[in-house]
Amino acid sequence: MTLLQALVAFPVLLPMLGAAASVIVGRHASLQRVIGVVTLAIVCVVAGILLVAADRNGPVVAELGGWPAPMGIALVADRMSALLLLISSLVTLAVLVYAIDQRISDYGRETASTTFHPIFLLLSTGVSLAYLTGDLFTLFVAFEIMLASSYVLITRRTSASRIRSGMTYVIVSLTSSLLFLTAVGFVYAATGTVNLADLAGRMELLPDGLQTVLALVLVVVFGIKAAIVPLHFWLPDSYPNAPAPVTALFAGLLTKVGIYALLRTQTLVFPQDDPSMLLLVIAAMTMVVGALGAIAQDDLNRLLSFLLVSHIGFMLFGMAVWTPEGIAGTALYVVHHITVQATLFLVSGLITRRTGTVSISQMGGLAQTAPHLAVLFAIPAITLAGLPPTSGFVAKLALLQAGAGGGLASEIVAAFVVVASLLTLYAVARVWVRVFWGTPKEPLVDNDPNDELVVGTARSARGMYVGASSLVVVSIVIALFAGPLSGITARAGEDLYGRDTYRSAVLEPVAVIPAGDTGAGAEDAGDTGAGAADAGAADAGTDDGAGGTALAELPGAGTEVTP
Amino acid sequence: MTINLSMALVLAVLYSVGFYLLMQRSLMRILIGIVVVGHGANLLLQLAGGPPGRAPILDAVGLDEISDPLPQALALTAIVITFALTTYLLALGYRSWVLVGHDEVQDDVEDRRIAARQKPDGAMEEGTAAETESSPEDTADSHELEEGRK
Repeated sequence: MTLLQALVAFPVLLPMLGAAASVIVGRHASLQRVIGVVTLAIVCVVAGILLVAADRNGPVVAELGGWPAPMGIALVADRMSALLLLISSLVTLAVLVYAIDQRISDYGRETASTTFHPIFLLLSTGVSLAYLTGDLFTLFVAFEIMLASSYVLITRRTSASRIRSGMTYVIVSLTSSLLFLTAVGFVYAATGTVNLADLAGRMELLPDGLQTVLALVLVVVFGIKAAIVPLHFWLPDSYPNAPAPVTALFAGLLTKVGIYALLRTQTLVFPQDDPSMLLLVIAAMTMVVGALGAIAQDDLNRLLSFLLVSHIGFMLFGMAVWTPEGIAGTALYVVHHITVQATLFLVSGLITRRTGTVSISQMGGLAQTAPHLAVLFAIPAITLAGLPPTSGFVAKLALLQAGAGGGLASEIVAAFVVVASLLTLYAVARVWVRVFWGTPKEPLVDNDPNDELVVGTARSARGMYVGASSLVVVSIVIALFAGPLSGITARAGEDLYGRDTYRSAVLEPVAVIPAGDTGAGAEDAGDTGAGAADAGAADAGTDDGAGGTALAELPGAGTEVTP
Repeated sequence: MTINLSMALVLAVLYSVGFYLLMQRSLMRILIGIVVVGHGANLLLQLAGGPPGRAPILDAVGLDEISDPLPQALALTAIVITFALTTYLLALGYRSWVLVGHDEVQDDVEDRRIAARQKPDGAMEEGTAAETESSPEDTADSHELEEGRK
């Protein structure tokens, strides 16, 4: 295993070890903060290296425990996963900086939190594992790590209202997890493997109807996680009740992991040639229902949550078109949206702390009292709506171009993209007018000092602004480097559509090693084999033949086992 | 692969009972529902490996006699995860009971407020509208809201 291959495991291992270290130093607040920031910074660097390596030389595959792919667990960093890993870890780092400073300004520098930092890092572990994993069951485990952390984050420091919204979230997520587990069971029963690259070949041998059923079950499972209409109902209820950094992290990462999983499984295991009518219809519904829902809201966080739902539809649309360009558009859109949605929730947190309320109708004139907040909100808001010089425009253009070349149905849904963008623009413009224009209002008094949601004073420390504005900078950088970035996403789209790069990268090592030619593992296998044969000496005669075939299929074995 | 009919029936019962319980209001019933469906899912994983056989120790047992070890490993992992999350749900239910006084899963209050607001003025008595609007994030459970609307 080369150093580069070992690096693939780092984004999973580091935050996990960091979380453990964070628990150990639980009493020392500053040490805990340093561990969190340093760990995530290293993960960012590693993700950057992986992206460059994957873009130059194809997917980086690490086989855990030295077991080749269809047998053991493989971690795969191809262009798509490395790109998403990089952008997610950047967002996670920025959100952590924001969260640390929010805690310091609320509770002072000395107060340590025994839960927040470890759980935050565990969430990061789960997200990284979900991006990198090469098999369906590890994907389930990654989702569970991620969701279990998110359950704790969303119900930490519980108030009555947070319990209420947390319950819906937990129950819906648990149900989808159990469905996922069921789907894994079905897939294994039908194909005898859970390795995604191996599944890609074996799924084609199944009857069409069975393939459709399995594809649909997975669409429902990931659809709940990604909050696509009509499975979105839990999201606008649960996200707004969590503190701003938590909401930002969830909005930026969790739903995108659902989209990524959908993209990965659908392109790899259930490839199609034509636009998928089902996904197109769901995408159009998601876009419009989300945007219309946003317009009806008065609560700033709920409005942003509905916009989040709406923009999930955009990503789904690129996938539904089923061309390399469409998938590339989805990749570009996910990258853009992770940063922008997280920024908006962070800024919404700053606004809420300043005004003491989440109700848009009770805010006003913030442009005069806090002009920096106005700038900080305006840039991501415009980006989300997709006005020309921003990264949102680039991503939407990619989607529209893909839709225009995809036949009549795609063109009709492409029109929905434009409509939903206009509705988004209307929704954020409405926020802008209500919150930033008009006469300034006095901040409302905080009626519940113990909840982190609304602090109701003008207290907000520098680090919170640093966290939020660094994400704004990231989204501007995305717009500036749209050329190289869309080059990467275009190649990632080709990879996902073509499937062969991924499959050969994961499965190749097995095909290369002939059964008889083994390395160091052979002696071990021989030893244990001899011991076992001794134990079962009574029927050794029948065993040798069967054991030989079994071993030939196993890695690192193949020496004839004779005592 | 042959399908074991009795196991298929057991699965059907587990899943249907579990999902029925999931649709209840009380968190305790939901929790039991999740446990039951979880059992179903784990059993399904087990059955995915084919008919039962002997322990998969190479060279001690013939290849055609052993049972597939992978689904068992998967089921073991899944059992641990289900168990952890069940514990978490129990804690959540207890917390809800301490804070709110019951463990019922409630409706989205904001949603109901907006739904109530969209009705034409004449369709509702003034008192209820004011009552609902004045307490957007109260802890009043769904039943009270329901009664308020009537």
